[in-house]
Amino acid sequence: MNVQTPTSAERAAKLEGLGCKRKRVEDIRFVQGKGNYVDDLKLPGMLYGDLVRSPYGHARIKKIDTSKAAAVPGVVAVLTAETLKTVNLTWMPTLAGDVQMVLADGKVLYQNQEVAFVIAEDRYTAADAADLVEVEYEPLPVNVDPLKAMAPNAPVIREDIKDKTDGAHGKRKHYNHIFSWQAGDQAATDAAFQKADVTIKELIVYPRCHPCPLETCQCVASFDKIKGELTLWGTFQAPHVIRTVGSLISKIPEHKIHVIAPDIGGGFGNKVGAYSGYICAIVASIVTGRPVKWTEDRIENLSTTAFARDFHMQMEIAATRDGRVTAMRCYTIADHGAFDACANATKWPAGLFSIITGSYDFPTAHVLVDGVYTNKAPGGVAYRCSFRVTEAAYCIERAMDIMAQKLGMDPAEFRVKNLIRREQFPYTSATGWQYDSGDYHTAMAKAMEAVNYKKLREEQKARREAFRRGETRELMGVGVAFFTEIVGAGPSRACDILGIAMFDSAEIRIHPTGSGICRLGTKSQGQGHETTYAQIIATELGLPADNITVEEGNTDTAPYGLGTYGSRSTPVSGAATAMACRKIKAKAQMIAAYMLEVHDDDLEWDVDRFRVKGNPERFKTMTELAWAAYHEVPPGMEPGLEAINYYDPPNFTFPFGAYICVVDIDVDTGMTKIRRFYALDDCGTRINPMIIEGQVHGGLTEAFGIAMGQELHYDEDGNITTASFMDYFLPTAVETPHWETDWTETPSPHHPIGAKGVGESPNVGGVPCFSNALNDAFAFLGSTHIQMPHDAWRTWTAAEKLGLHG
Amino acid sequence: MAKSHVAMKVNGKTVEALVEPRTLLIHFLRDELNVTGPHIGCDTSHCGACTVDLDGKSVKSCTMFAVQANGADIRTIEGMANADGTLNALQEGFREMHGLQCGFCTPGMIVRAYRLLQENRNPSEEEIRYGISGNLCRCTGYQNIVKAIQFAAAKLNGVPFQEAAE
Ligand code: FES
Ligand code: FES
Repeated sequence: MNVQTPTSAERAAKLEGLGCKRKRVEDIRFVQGKGNYVDDLKLPGMLYGDLVRSPYGHARIKKIDTSKAAAVPGVVAVLTAETLKTVNLTWMPTLAGDVQMVLADGKVLYQNQEVAFVIAEDRYTAADAADLVEVEYEPLPVNVDPLKAMAPNAPVIREDIKDKTDGAHGKRKHYNHIFSWQAGDQAATDAAFQKADVTIKELIVYPRCHPCPLETCQCVASFDKIKGELTLWGTFQAPHVIRTVGSLISKIPEHKIHVIAPDIGGGFGNKVGAYSGYICAIVASIVTGRPVKWTEDRIENLSTTAFARDFHMQMEIAATRDGRVTAMRCYTIADHGAFDACANATKWPAGLFSIITGSYDFPTAHVLVDGVYTNKAPGGVAYRCSFRVTEAAYCIERAMDIMAQKLGMDPAEFRVKNLIRREQFPYTSATGWQYDSGDYHTAMAKAMEAVNYKKLREEQKARREAFRRGETRELMGVGVAFFTEIVGAGPSRACDILGIAMFDSAEIRIHPTGSGICRLGTKSQGQGHETTYAQIIATELGLPADNITVEEGNTDTAPYGLGTYGSRSTPVSGAATAMACRKIKAKAQMIAAYMLEVHDDDLEWDVDRFRVKGNPERFKTMTELAWAAYHEVPPGMEPGLEAINYYDPPNFTFPFGAYICVVDIDVDTGMTKIRRFYALDDCGTRINPMIIEGQVHGGLTEAFGIAMGQELHYDEDGNITTASFMDYFLPTAVETPHWETDWTETPSPHHPIGAKGVGESPNVGGVPCFSNALNDAFAFLGSTHIQMPHDAWRTWTAAEKLGLHG
Repeated sequence: MAKSHVAMKVNGKTVEALVEPRTLLIHFLRDELNVTGPHIGCDTSHCGACTVDLDGKSVKSCTMFAVQANGADIRTIEGMANADGTLNALQEGFREMHGLQCGFCTPGMIVRAYRLLQENRNPSEEEIRYGISGNLCRCTGYQNIVKAIQFAAAKLNGVPFQEAAE
């Protein structure tokens, strides 16, 4: 043969496997408007549902009159708590062990709470009729301040459990108390504080905000009376969880429920939970015998489904005079709204918040969280975050700055002094986490060099002097953040949701011609899973990524999985994919050995083939082996080439990063301008650098929104005042800064391909970085902490308080 | 409710229908015509997910009644591809530059960018950012959308695309 055989490297490049900036498969349909989102679905005879909502933050319901609504031509039915009682669905269990009203039962506990569900022939009629449902309310005293929730005379939010002294997570100390949860060593921590040289204490509030994907939550429920089967299409980040919960709630056997999550227009945590609208649509379909669509509008989305954060953290750090941290103590009040519907692993009412010691070597720490009820919407999802990690990272990163300021040290230098050193990994934190791998000092040094940190500080110094001399009205702030994430929930010994261990799964079938399909229990909402999982398979099996179809979101075909959130897809399902590939490869090796008439051990793997050791001319490619698997398997072997893996991770993964931000602030207007933002991420093995960069850009933009303007604000009467895009800040292309991205690569030692996950890192690290930059600008004037969000008004107010306006 | 007769061109095809006067153009397109490329992302005319090209202007189709579009010539994402069915420069640019993630904003973004490039063949980064500021994206952080539009501009102008240095 005179054809040059391609080298291993050439063959590997053709596969578009790990490390390749592979263009996305899903884009082909999206750029042509051929995505298939829930609201695109239209079934014969489909009805539309619309919710009637409470205008009050807290009120007793005296009467509901649906007669006028029901009389509107085109209205098919109206559901209220009374109707739901007949099917025992007035209340539903939450993921956090609480119960929640599906439709208001006797009273409403927060503004826009669901009161009735109108079902009509079209959207407009449903909305018209919803307006005609007459509800008589008797307003009750409102509390929206979590710090007042446990006052002796606070309004009773939950009459249904007022006298219960035990909750899902132990003793309750007040009728508005949900749980107390703690980690670390209180006695040792208190002792360390007693002999500390220097301490700081600050109330750090992470305001309530909302993930706000561009597509709201929606579903279509279709109940087939003859078969007794329910098909539910919806915006579900975790389709199997919805099926199981749906079955437990509705008593429809689980095998008769088909949950389908088609393309999802962003999730960021919003689409993990089970919401009233879904239950109402299901009941409506059962009652009417027709498919029912429910779509949220934006106001409903912002005000009722899935808030995030609302953590009020009293943070303390102790350190030696020369800048070594010795202890950390944090007492948090967590506002969970009217029902505890937090989407956390069930045993972790405060999520993974005890990651709060961050990237620093704290000898001891103690964390205590009290969850409370208020007259706000339930939810408590991880907005692009792994279960309360954003709150923890924000708190520690702000506190490190405050301590550096007190010590008179540079914040970066103070961090470097306390970062966990490379040789300490695997590192056990004071609150008990085992960090898998890290090289923090290298990352920090690279970041500081990239932005020329020293020069930035010199410039800042000169500008501060100019400011003092009255030559400029602009302040410059430099924000530094070094974060450690904890993602990939998670190990079954630690994590479950309603008793289901948080493993994930992949099922791979290789077809005779060497192409294949991989089905997973996760669900992409824009992360590009159809592209990246195929890259893992390409490298593992030596088949071109283009030959692999990735399918998610159909509970009938996909193996059971816990879904996509908390950056768990790569750490858990990515691992399952690799492990399933390895099973397939092991079988292929036996087939190759049989065909080549050698012993298994005489073969070695080379990119896309098994070849005979020492005789590379003799080989069988994976494509040949796929064919052989269906026609000439060794005697006694089952034909076919497929495998399934349920991966229970041995540990979490711990991505990390170093971010630096430069901000300029006009003290007279409070306007801020992000001059520069540099983000270095280490997410272990990099599957697709293009997608990683895209994830970082997106996460940073969300972080920018949170830090600089997002807040779900309630007035004292319980009115939510920021529930539309008029008031809830979403950055446009104009405000959004230019992002500089960078990376180091420290693989996870316990993950089959060393990947750690990245989707949420930029949100976790970004928010403290922006906030630190803003706070840093004012620090030389003695200011220690300005609360987020740092919109122009708050920033101007901070300047005013510091006497900067003369 | 009494219905009105409307006729308009959508992606080159003439359509006629009876609609309630209050029917929003976006609902008419999506629910009546099954033109589901344009999406709904808000109730306040902020997000631009519903953007269509109408008589040579970018229009948020949630902000207009179907009856107001009587006689109009409308193009949506479904009508963006080249005549031979291949991706047009913008569609290609969005894919090449990773200018989309969940894809929900993409139909509106591309249709908006199309009009932007009709009006300004060679926009600066700042002009692009202002030009698409009526279209929100929650996933990408816009940087790659800007690049995608620059890619398309270069292609339409027949010049090689050069990525700005980081
Ligand atoms: S749907 Fe948001 S602007 Fe039209
Ligand atoms: S790609 Fe998801 S909103 Fe833009």
